[in-house]
Amino acid sequence: MRFRRTTTAVTVAIAALALAACGDDGDDGGSSGSSAEPSVAETPDFEAGTTMARLADQGTIRVGTKFDQPGFGLENLDGDVEGFDVEVAKIIAGALGIEEGDIEFVQTPSAVREEVLEGGEVDMVVATYTINDARRERISFAGPYYEAGQQIMVASDNDDITGPDSLADNPDAKVCSVTGSTPSENIREYLASDDQLVLFDEYSQCADALGNGQVDAVTTDNVILLGFVSESDGEFKLVGEQFTEEPYGIGIPKGDVAFCEFINQTLADNEDAYVAAWESTAGQVEGTETPSLPEPQPCS
Amino acid sequence: MSPVFDNLDLFVEGFLTSLGICLVAMVGSLVLGVAIAACRVSPVPPLRALGAFWVTTFRNTPLSLILFFCAFGLPELGVNRSFWFFGVLGLILYTSAFVAEAVRAGINSVPAGQAEASRSLGLTFGQGLRTVVLPQALRTVVPPLGNVIIAMFKNSAVVGAFGVGGDLWSTGQTLTSARGLETLPIFTGVAIGYLLITLPAGALLQVLERRVAIVR
Repeated sequence: MRFRRTTTAVTVAIAALALAACGDDGDDGGSSGSSAEPSVAETPDFEAGTTMARLADQGTIRVGTKFDQPGFGLENLDGDVEGFDVEVAKIIAGALGIEEGDIEFVQTPSAVREEVLEGGEVDMVVATYTINDARRERISFAGPYYEAGQQIMVASDNDDITGPDSLADNPDAKVCSVTGSTPSENIREYLASDDQLVLFDEYSQCADALGNGQVDAVTTDNVILLGFVSESDGEFKLVGEQFTEEPYGIGIPKGDVAFCEFINQTLADNEDAYVAAWESTAGQVEGTETPSLPEPQPCS
Repeated sequence: MSPVFDNLDLFVEGFLTSLGICLVAMVGSLVLGVAIAACRVSPVPPLRALGAFWVTTFRNTPLSLILFFCAFGLPELGVNRSFWFFGVLGLILYTSAFVAEAVRAGINSVPAGQAEASRSLGLTFGQGLRTVVLPQALRTVVPPLGNVIIAMFKNSAVVGAFGVGGDLWSTGQTLTSARGLETLPIFTGVAIGYLLITLPAGALLQVLERRVAIVR
């Protein structure tokens, strides 16, 4: 009986969490629909043979994005994806004369982002994709369109962990992140041993583990952590300064310089839509600041 | 395959972590499974009920859910241990139900006369089970137990998703996602790692089966 009761309690807790998450998605969805829609070019003209000409001709584009990243790319109950990455993709598609409804979003988890570009399964990847040199060997990046930074979240009553440098001083402290993510790699150099690192599939599991005391800290990009802090009712807090720079880029097939330059130009020309895209998605989380478009990196 | 050889140290580390999980879980689930099987055939009704409840619960719940309740449910009840502990615990709970049923099949295959004879010699139920019935039962269950244990070795890949860091599967995930290496060779390497555990286990089982076989 005891076992049954606790099982029920846990099940109810999960259901409540799921409902809470749904509630938030609903709010985001409502507002993103009503705010500034990215404009769609009437009859764009592109040089024959370029990627832009091909996409504009066929009138559709396939975009790889995440379906499980709140604020950036999250699938709602209707099966639509919402978030900043999705809105950025809409701005670029609009400049190609492609309507929102003609964009095909393809679920692209971190592990396969290079593969889908190399295999031609998508035309571009907008999926909280940090620009780095290892990835540049296989694909090209346009942008960056956003500069995230990694930070640390702890329980509100934790005064021992004050930033990344204090992790090694508390060798029993556990830090949670997501398997295969850039933040999980970045944090390693701050740890006394790899045993301090706990990896899950999703950040929401890290937040649960922090809530029940299994881990002492959660680390990833600050905008994701802010989402958890604002939902935690004062249970969690951020500590320390952001200690990395994570420029999010748009992945495109390797060497497509013309497409890269087109994307950078499009973003620069649509700064109002860019700001609106942020404010209707990731910017809804308390404590975030509206970014300005970062300087593009040279196309290669 | 060069991405694998470049990161061979990580693969070896992941292999050893996975091997450790497998060995601990194997010993744990065999011991627990035999105990549960003993409960299921015992003359004491509450023990039989416990055995039946155990098997019904853990055989019919997906492994990932058992691991979830271990990793997130137990801490809610104030049990704070490492995720390695919770992962291995979940694996043992799940596998023990299958071990118990395989062992029970073996026990049922021992003619009732054997148990009756041991009783008439003055052995208690426990003594008879330990010295007469189980030794005969375990010989017949080597092949099905081998099945269960090899399935458990492969199931051990799932614990990587529940905070148990550094196993073969998580290593593959880290190398492909965070470091952007090619998926195909890395996961081929991961598959070879698991084969290095399961193939020798299969060979060992065959040797064991021949050793303990009863000449009929």
